[in-house]
Amino acid sequence: MASVAAPLLAVEDLSVRFHTDRGILPAVDGVSFDVGEGETLAIVGESGSGKSVTAMSILRLVQRPAGEIAGGRVTFEGRDLMALSEQQMQEIRGDRISLISQEPMSSLNPALSIGLQVGEPLNRHRGVSWSAALREAETLLSRVHIPDAANRARAYPHEFSGGMRQRAMIAMALACTPRLIIADEPTTALDVTVQAQILELLKQLTREAGSAMILITHDLGVVARYADRVSVMYAGRIVESGTALEIYEDPRHPYTMGLMASVPRLDDAERQRLVPIEGQPPDLAAMPPGCSFAPRCRFATDRCRRDRPVLEPVNDGTHRKACFADVTQFR
Amino acid sequence: MQAFVIRRIAALVPTLFFASVIVFMVVRLIPGDVIDLMLSQDGGADKLDRGALERALGFDRPMVEQYLRWIGGVLFEGDFGLSLWRQTPVADMLAARLPVTLELSLLALAIALAIALPIGILSAIRQDTAADYIARSFSIFMLAVPGFWIATIIVVFPAIWWGWSPEVNFTPFREDPLANLKQLIIPALIMGTSLSAVTIRMMRTTMLEVLRQEYVRTAWAKGLSERVVVVRHVLKNALIPVVTVIGLQATLLIGGSVIMEQIFVIPGMGLLLIEAVFDRDYPIVTGVFLVTGVAIVLINFLVDLSYGLLDPKVRLE
Repeated sequence: MASVAAPLLAVEDLSVRFHTDRGILPAVDGVSFDVGEGETLAIVGESGSGKSVTAMSILRLVQRPAGEIAGGRVTFEGRDLMALSEQQMQEIRGDRISLISQEPMSSLNPALSIGLQVGEPLNRHRGVSWSAALREAETLLSRVHIPDAANRARAYPHEFSGGMRQRAMIAMALACTPRLIIADEPTTALDVTVQAQILELLKQLTREAGSAMILITHDLGVVARYADRVSVMYAGRIVESGTALEIYEDPRHPYTMGLMASVPRLDDAERQRLVPIEGQPPDLAAMPPGCSFAPRCRFATDRCRRDRPVLEPVNDGTHRKACFADVTQFR
Repeated sequence: MQAFVIRRIAALVPTLFFASVIVFMVVRLIPGDVIDLMLSQDGGADKLDRGALERALGFDRPMVEQYLRWIGGVLFEGDFGLSLWRQTPVADMLAARLPVTLELSLLALAIALAIALPIGILSAIRQDTAADYIARSFSIFMLAVPGFWIATIIVVFPAIWWGWSPEVNFTPFREDPLANLKQLIIPALIMGTSLSAVTIRMMRTTMLEVLRQEYVRTAWAKGLSERVVVVRHVLKNALIPVVTVIGLQATLLIGGSVIMEQIFVIPGMGLLLIEAVFDRDYPIVTGVFLVTGVAIVLINFLVDLSYGLLDPKVRLE
């Protein structure tokens, strides 16, 4: 799956800091990954692991003045996004890269009609007149299976259910057929029955459009079905990355293993207990000197508490882990 | 939207009725009777005179009858009664005074909005910059300093230092608009800046709140410029609470204009009211109160309507 040519998006050594009352928090610390054309990369981690912040920094939409992109390079279609002016960045947002956010209830503007919001990127980036953009919005809404789209385009967000709003968000994100879609936990706020529909729709439409996707999630079930490759984040760093199959069938980092063990699987033996990961993620204001997972890790040695492991290849493929231990012998 | 407007209009009727009852009663509760005042001015008072005077002015009738006569006159003939002292129709006096107060109030409101909206918006989108600190300091200063104090300073000190004082011979707008505006601009500026203080703070607060909303991030993520994000996506949502404050403030304007009219000798309703209260000239006082009450009810009606325009949820309720 990994493309041989230059990837669509290359993130290198990205660091994001937040200035808070409790000091400077390294929310994202030296994160690197690539996304190829048409590929879906899942970034997995628990809340506070820095996965959303990573995604937002690609769009350079980290909440300022508290958040600050402290270093690293983000190359998209051969251009260094960090070096662009704000105006050049605006040209890219919503056109080449678009965003689907977590909360469909709060990410649509309550005072503007759905049609206007869905058609807005076309008006902004394609110079399409408002009346044409509104007509195009109706087509987009019917593509995300909103019934009676012509009438529903005139409705306001409060008249839509959560699932319908997320459909509208997807229609909006796809309006300009972006090369990259960032989906930040697109189904977390939805009913379980609706989650699958939305993900299927997202997968189908991104495939049709040939768009790549960064899927941010904490749901490993979603990862297995919808991602080509996976990066697992913990406390602001990537601790393991590989193809979805590698991560799912052959996890090499104790944290990834812990995540797997804490999720029920259909092929598990009956009445098998779920194993939670003991302890809490580290306080970003007081990070341990060595591996940040060491305090919770049952394989941790003195070396883990002293030195920080870097991401290194596990095999000759793309599977990489940041861990000193060889966990395979304990399985 | 139509049904919304009709419902709101229907709700005005009982409000106006209660307002008129209260207005009518309150004046008659002011200690010191107009009859006593009149008799004391004429010299020696005796019982016979008093009864005759009461009958002549209609005060011997039951209160309900007095009210019905009065409100009937107002509603069906536009007749607010005669001034007890001057025997001239109150309606004529109101017609002469209302435009002046209205002009002063609208001028003050326009100044307040012209100051408050841009400064409030700027203060929010440039939070914690020098511009924001200056705007907030100005707002707190104007909140702390009462308008009548500034007005007094402006009347007194230039007169002492440079022998200049504001014009006191009022020129109506129709005769000489420029001279008229020159005269009203100082009190309007004082009222307007005082008024802008609260609105700036409100505008800034609600803007900051809306700027933090997720849908604003969505707007940024579409590649919209700051101007479009603020004008199209933030402002409409931020204005809803601000309009409420402006509505409340507009009713305060009417009270404020009483003071300003007194200080700057502007022949509006405020000045008329003060004289009439001292004279216990009931028909004038009730007339002024009623017109003011109607104005306040109408302002609130407009505020309600604006909710419907700004917030699609309200329209459907």
